[in-house]
Amino acid sequence: MDKLMQDLKVQIIAQLNLQDVKPEDIGDDQALFVEGLGLDSIDALELIVLLQQQYKIKLSNAEDGPKVFRSVRTIAEYITTHQSQNT
Amino acid sequence: MKYITTATVISQQKAYKNGICLFADEDGALPAFLIAAYRHFGFNYPRFYKMDNLAKLGWLASEILLQGSLESGRYQPEEVGIVFSNASSSLDADLKYFESARDIASPSLFVYTLPNIVIGEICIKHKFKGESAFFIFESFNADFLEKYVSGLFNSNILQACICGWVECIENEYKAALFLVETDMNELKDRQASAWDSVPLFTKDNLNKIYHLSNG
Repeated sequence: MDKLMQDLKVQIIAQLNLQDVKPEDIGDDQALFVEGLGLDSIDALELIVLLQQQYKIKLSNAEDGPKVFRSVRTIAEYITTHQSQNT
Repeated sequence: MKYITTATVISQQKAYKNGICLFADEDGALPAFLIAAYRHFGFNYPRFYKMDNLAKLGWLASEILLQGSLESGRYQPEEVGIVFSNASSSLDADLKYFESARDIASPSLFVYTLPNIVIGEICIKHKFKGESAFFIFESFNADFLEKYVSGLFNSNILQACICGWVECIENEYKAALFLVETDMNELKDRQASAWDSVPLFTKDNLNKIYHLSNG
Protein backbone atom coordinates (compact mmCIF):
# COMPACT_ATOMS: atom_id res chain seq x y z
CA MET A 1 0.00 0.00 0.00
CA ASP A 2 2.86 2.41 0.87
CA LYS A 3 4.50 1.85 -2.54
CA LEU A 4 1.17 2.40 -4.31
CA MET A 5 0.53 5.64 -2.41
CA GLN A 6 4.02 6.90 -3.25
CA ASP A 7 3.47 6.07 -6.95
CA LEU A 8 0.08 7.81 -6.85
CA LYS A 9 1.58 11.02 -5.46
CA VAL A 10 4.10 11.14 -8.31
CA GLN A 11 1.39 10.39 -10.88
CA ILE A 12 -1.03 12.97 -9.46
CA ILE A 13 1.65 15.68 -9.59
CA ALA A 14 2.46 14.81 -13.21
CA GLN A 15 -1.17 14.42 -14.36
CA LEU A 16 -2.34 17.66 -12.72
CA ASN A 17 0.75 19.76 -13.47
CA LEU A 18 1.33 20.56 -9.79
CA GLN A 19 4.83 21.81 -10.48
CA ASP A 20 5.38 23.49 -7.10
CA VAL A 21 4.31 20.38 -5.18
CA LYS A 22 6.63 17.51 -4.22
CA PRO A 23 5.40 13.98 -3.40
CA GLU A 24 6.45 14.41 0.23
CA ASP A 25 4.24 17.52 0.44
CA ILE A 26 1.13 15.37 0.02
CA GLY A 27 0.05 13.55 3.18
CA ASP A 28 -1.45 10.07 2.83
CA ASP A 29 -4.68 11.24 4.46
CA GLN A 30 -4.59 14.88 3.37
CA ALA A 31 -7.75 16.13 1.65
CA LEU A 32 -7.13 16.56 -2.08
CA PHE A 33 -10.00 18.97 -2.80
CA VAL A 34 -10.94 22.41 -1.50
CA GLU A 35 -9.11 22.90 1.78
CA GLY A 36 -6.33 20.39 1.07
CA LEU A 37 -4.41 20.47 -2.19
CA GLY A 38 -7.05 22.80 -3.61
CA LEU A 39 -7.94 20.64 -6.61
CA ASP A 40 -10.99 21.56 -8.71
CA SER A 41 -13.61 19.79 -10.82
CA ILE A 42 -11.34 19.54 -13.89
CA ASP A 43 -8.69 17.92 -11.69
CA ALA A 44 -11.32 15.37 -10.61
CA LEU A 45 -11.83 14.45 -14.26
CA GLU A 46 -8.07 14.16 -14.71
CA LEU A 47 -7.92 11.77 -11.72
CA ILE A 48 -10.55 9.59 -13.40
CA VAL A 49 -8.37 9.58 -16.55
CA LEU A 50 -5.33 8.69 -14.41
CA LEU A 51 -7.13 5.66 -12.92
CA GLN A 52 -8.12 4.54 -16.38
CA GLN A 53 -4.73 5.06 -18.04
CA GLN A 54 -2.43 3.84 -15.27
CA TYR A 55 -4.56 1.20 -13.57
CA LYS A 56 -7.18 0.24 -16.18
CA ILE A 57 -9.91 1.01 -13.66
CA LYS A 58 -13.09 2.83 -14.64
CA LEU A 59 -14.97 4.63 -11.93
CA SER A 60 -18.24 2.69 -12.22
CA ASN A 61 -20.37 5.15 -10.30
CA ALA A 62 -19.64 8.89 -10.58
CA GLU A 63 -21.31 9.45 -7.21
CA ASP A 64 -18.47 7.49 -5.61
CA GLY A 65 -16.00 10.20 -6.78
CA PRO A 66 -15.93 12.35 -3.61
CA LYS A 67 -15.37 9.26 -1.44
CA VAL A 68 -12.75 7.67 -3.74
CA PHE A 69 -10.80 10.88 -4.33
CA ARG A 70 -10.87 12.14 -0.75
CA SER A 71 -7.16 11.38 -0.21
CA VAL A 72 -4.25 9.43 -1.66
CA ARG A 73 -5.05 6.61 0.76
CA THR A 74 -8.68 6.31 -0.36
CA ILE A 75 -7.58 6.22 -4.01
CA ALA A 76 -5.02 3.52 -3.20
CA GLU A 77 -7.67 1.49 -1.35
CA TYR A 78 -10.04 1.79 -4.31
CA ILE A 79 -7.31 0.64 -6.72
CA THR A 80 -6.34 -2.29 -4.48
CA THR A 81 -9.94 -3.43 -4.13
CA HIS A 82 -10.74 -3.18 -7.84
CA GLN A 83 -7.47 -4.70 -9.06
CA SER A 84 -8.02 -7.74 -6.83
CA GLN A 85 -11.59 -7.99 -8.16
CA ASN A 86 -10.29 -7.91 -11.73
CA THR A 87 -7.78 -10.73 -11.21
CA MET B 1 -8.56 61.72 -24.01
CA LYS B 2 -7.47 58.12 -23.72
CA TYR B 3 -3.91 57.06 -23.02
CA ILE B 4 -1.80 53.91 -23.27
CA THR B 5 -0.66 54.14 -19.67
CA THR B 6 1.34 50.90 -19.78
CA ALA B 7 2.31 48.40 -22.47
CA THR B 8 3.88 44.95 -22.32
CA VAL B 9 5.36 43.00 -25.21
CA ILE B 10 6.54 39.41 -24.98
CA SER B 11 8.28 38.13 -28.08
CA GLN B 12 11.42 36.32 -29.15
CA GLN B 13 12.15 35.17 -25.59
CA LYS B 14 12.12 38.68 -24.15
CA ALA B 15 9.60 40.54 -22.01
CA TYR B 16 9.32 44.33 -22.33
CA LYS B 17 7.36 46.85 -20.33
CA ASN B 18 7.02 50.39 -21.60
CA GLY B 19 9.93 49.81 -23.97
CA ILE B 20 12.31 48.48 -21.30
CA CYS B 21 13.47 44.86 -21.46
CA LEU B 22 12.72 43.30 -18.05
CA PHE B 23 13.50 39.68 -18.79
CA ALA B 24 15.35 37.71 -21.46
CA ASP B 25 15.98 34.00 -21.65
CA GLU B 26 17.69 32.88 -24.82
CA ASP B 27 17.54 29.17 -23.98
CA GLY B 28 14.70 26.77 -24.44
CA ALA B 29 11.39 26.66 -26.24
CA LEU B 30 8.21 28.54 -25.34
CA PRO B 31 7.00 26.37 -22.41
CA ALA B 32 10.37 26.68 -20.63
CA PHE B 33 10.55 30.41 -21.38
CA LEU B 34 7.08 31.01 -19.92
CA ILE B 35 7.92 29.20 -16.69
CA ALA B 36 11.31 30.94 -16.44
CA ALA B 37 9.61 34.32 -16.84
CA TYR B 38 6.91 33.40 -14.29
CA ARG B 39 9.60 32.56 -11.74
CA HIS B 40 11.74 35.59 -12.63
CA PHE B 41 8.90 37.98 -11.81
CA GLY B 42 8.17 36.16 -8.55
CA PHE B 43 4.54 35.39 -9.32
CA ASN B 44 2.82 32.91 -7.02
CA TYR B 45 -0.27 31.49 -8.68
CA PRO B 46 -0.19 27.64 -8.90
CA ARG B 47 -3.06 27.70 -11.38
CA PHE B 48 -0.57 29.12 -13.91
CA TYR B 49 1.03 25.70 -14.39
CA LYS B 50 -2.28 24.20 -15.46
CA MET B 51 -2.89 26.71 -18.25
CA ASP B 52 -2.19 26.00 -21.90
CA ASN B 53 0.54 28.05 -23.60
CA LEU B 54 -1.85 30.72 -24.94
CA ALA B 55 -3.35 31.33 -21.50
CA LYS B 56 0.08 31.26 -19.85
CA LEU B 57 1.36 33.83 -22.35
CA GLY B 58 -1.63 36.17 -21.97
CA TRP B 59 -1.76 35.78 -18.19
CA LEU B 60 1.97 36.45 -17.86
CA ALA B 61 1.80 39.52 -20.12
CA SER B 62 -1.17 40.89 -18.17
CA GLU B 63 0.55 40.35 -14.80
CA ILE B 64 3.64 42.22 -16.01
CA LEU B 65 1.37 44.92 -17.43
CA LEU B 66 -0.59 45.33 -14.20
CA GLN B 67 2.34 45.27 -11.74
CA GLY B 68 2.26 48.76 -10.25
CA SER B 69 -0.89 49.65 -12.18
CA LEU B 70 -4.60 49.54 -11.39
CA GLU B 71 -4.13 49.99 -7.66
CA SER B 72 -6.78 48.30 -5.59
CA GLY B 73 -10.00 50.27 -5.58
CA ARG B 74 -8.99 52.53 -8.47
CA TYR B 75 -11.82 51.13 -10.59
CA GLN B 76 -14.93 49.10 -9.91
CA PRO B 77 -14.70 45.47 -11.20
CA GLU B 78 -17.36 46.27 -13.83
CA GLU B 79 -15.33 49.21 -15.15
CA VAL B 80 -12.31 47.16 -16.28
CA GLY B 81 -12.61 45.25 -19.56
CA ILE B 82 -10.42 43.06 -21.76
CA VAL B 83 -10.33 43.03 -25.57
CA PHE B 84 -7.88 40.59 -27.11
CA SER B 85 -7.15 39.39 -30.62
CA ASN B 86 -4.93 36.92 -32.44
CA ALA B 87 -4.55 34.96 -35.68
CA SER B 88 -4.60 31.32 -34.59
CA SER B 89 -7.46 31.38 -32.08
CA SER B 90 -6.95 28.37 -29.76
CA LEU B 91 -5.50 26.14 -32.47
CA ASP B 92 -2.41 25.35 -30.37
CA ALA B 93 -4.60 23.76 -27.67
CA ASP B 94 -7.06 22.33 -30.21
CA LEU B 95 -4.29 20.27 -31.87
CA LYS B 96 -2.99 19.00 -28.53
CA TYR B 97 -6.51 18.07 -27.45
CA PHE B 98 -7.11 16.27 -30.76
CA GLU B 99 -3.89 14.32 -30.21
CA SER B 100 -4.90 13.41 -26.63
CA ALA B 101 -8.26 12.16 -27.88
CA ARG B 102 -6.55 9.31 -29.73
CA ASP B 103 -6.14 7.72 -26.28
CA ILE B 104 -8.33 9.26 -23.57
CA ALA B 105 -9.33 12.87 -24.23
CA SER B 106 -7.77 15.20 -21.68
CA PRO B 107 -10.33 17.28 -19.71
CA SER B 108 -7.68 19.84 -18.75
CA LEU B 109 -6.75 20.37 -22.42
CA PHE B 110 -10.39 20.56 -23.46
CA VAL B 111 -11.09 23.58 -21.26
CA TYR B 112 -8.52 25.60 -23.23
CA THR B 113 -10.00 24.89 -26.67
CA LEU B 114 -11.48 28.39 -26.87
CA PRO B 115 -9.33 31.51 -27.30
CA ASN B 116 -11.23 33.63 -24.77
CA ILE B 117 -10.30 31.32 -21.89
CA VAL B 118 -7.18 33.45 -21.44
CA ILE B 119 -9.47 36.41 -20.73
CA GLY B 120 -11.29 34.33 -18.12
CA GLU B 121 -8.01 33.43 -16.41
CA ILE B 122 -7.08 37.12 -16.10
CA CYS B 123 -10.57 38.06 -14.89
CA ILE B 124 -10.50 35.28 -12.26
CA LYS B 125 -7.14 36.52 -10.95
CA HIS B 126 -8.13 40.20 -10.76
CA LYS B 127 -11.92 39.82 -10.34
CA PHE B 128 -12.58 41.97 -13.41
CA LYS B 129 -16.22 41.90 -14.48
CA GLY B 130 -16.28 44.42 -17.34
CA GLU B 131 -16.94 43.88 -21.05
CA SER B 132 -14.67 41.35 -22.76
CA ALA B 133 -14.19 40.12 -26.31
CA PHE B 134 -11.72 38.10 -28.36
CA PHE B 135 -11.36 38.75 -32.11
CA ILE B 136 -9.51 36.79 -34.78
CA PHE B 137 -7.55 38.68 -37.45
CA GLU B 138 -4.83 37.64 -39.87
CA SER B 139 -2.47 40.11 -38.23
CA PHE B 140 -2.44 42.81 -35.53
CA ASN B 141 -5.26 45.21 -36.38
CA ALA B 142 -4.58 48.48 -34.56
CA ASP B 143 -7.28 50.32 -36.47
CA PHE B 144 -10.05 47.96 -35.32
CA LEU B 145 -8.69 47.79 -31.79
CA GLU B 146 -8.59 51.55 -31.42
CA LYS B 147 -12.13 51.98 -32.76
CA TYR B 148 -13.68 49.10 -30.76
CA VAL B 149 -12.08 49.99 -27.43
CA SER B 150 -12.80 53.71 -27.94
CA GLY B 151 -16.44 52.78 -28.48
CA LEU B 152 -16.52 51.05 -25.09
CA PHE B 153 -15.06 54.14 -23.41
CA ASN B 154 -17.26 56.59 -25.30
CA SER B 155 -20.37 54.62 -24.33
CA ASN B 156 -19.31 54.75 -20.65
CA ILE B 157 -19.10 50.96 -20.55
CA LEU B 158 -15.45 50.94 -19.40
CA GLN B 159 -13.08 53.18 -17.46
CA ALA B 160 -10.02 51.01 -18.13
CA CYS B 161 -9.27 48.36 -20.72
CA ILE B 162 -6.52 45.79 -21.23
CA CYS B 163 -6.36 45.25 -24.94
CA GLY B 164 -4.02 43.87 -27.57
CA TRP B 165 -2.68 40.75 -29.26
CA VAL B 166 -2.00 37.31 -27.77
CA GLU B 167 -0.86 34.83 -30.39
CA CYS B 168 0.59 31.36 -29.85
CA ILE B 169 0.93 28.42 -32.19
CA GLU B 170 3.58 25.85 -31.30
CA ASN B 171 6.79 27.85 -30.80
CA GLU B 172 5.61 30.98 -32.66
CA TYR B 173 4.22 33.52 -30.25
CA LYS B 174 3.79 37.19 -29.46
CA ALA B 175 1.88 39.10 -26.82
CA ALA B 176 1.44 42.86 -26.99
CA LEU B 177 -0.91 44.21 -24.32
CA PHE B 178 -1.90 47.80 -23.67
CA LEU B 179 -3.54 49.27 -20.60
CA VAL B 180 -5.86 52.06 -21.75
CA GLU B 181 -7.07 54.66 -19.25
CA THR B 182 -8.45 58.18 -19.31
CA ASP B 183 -7.10 59.27 -15.95
CA MET B 184 -3.63 60.84 -16.11
CA ASN B 185 -3.30 61.40 -12.34
CA GLU B 186 0.07 60.32 -10.96
CA LEU B 187 0.94 58.54 -14.18
CA LYS B 188 4.32 60.22 -14.57
CA ASP B 189 5.91 58.53 -11.57
CA ARG B 190 3.98 55.32 -11.69
CA GLN B 191 6.05 53.31 -14.14
CA ALA B 192 9.62 53.08 -15.29
CA SER B 193 9.45 53.85 -18.98
CA ALA B 194 11.56 54.36 -22.08
CA TRP B 195 8.84 56.67 -23.39
CA ASP B 196 9.24 60.46 -23.43
CA SER B 197 5.58 60.92 -22.49
CA VAL B 198 2.50 58.80 -21.94
CA PRO B 199 1.29 57.92 -25.45
CA LEU B 200 -2.20 58.73 -26.58
CA PHE B 201 -4.38 55.75 -27.42
CA THR B 202 -4.17 55.96 -31.21
CA LYS B 203 -3.79 53.50 -34.05
CA ASP B 204 -0.33 54.84 -34.82
CA ASN B 205 0.92 54.48 -31.25
CA LEU B 206 -0.49 50.97 -30.99
CA ASN B 207 1.33 50.00 -34.17
CA LYS B 208 4.53 51.72 -33.06
CA ILE B 209 4.65 49.90 -29.73
CA TYR B 210 3.59 46.59 -31.27
CA HIS B 211 6.33 46.71 -33.88
CA LEU B 212 9.16 48.40 -31.99
CA SER B 213 8.98 47.14 -28.42
CA ASN B 214 10.30 43.73 -29.35
CA GLY B 215 13.71 45.28 -29.75
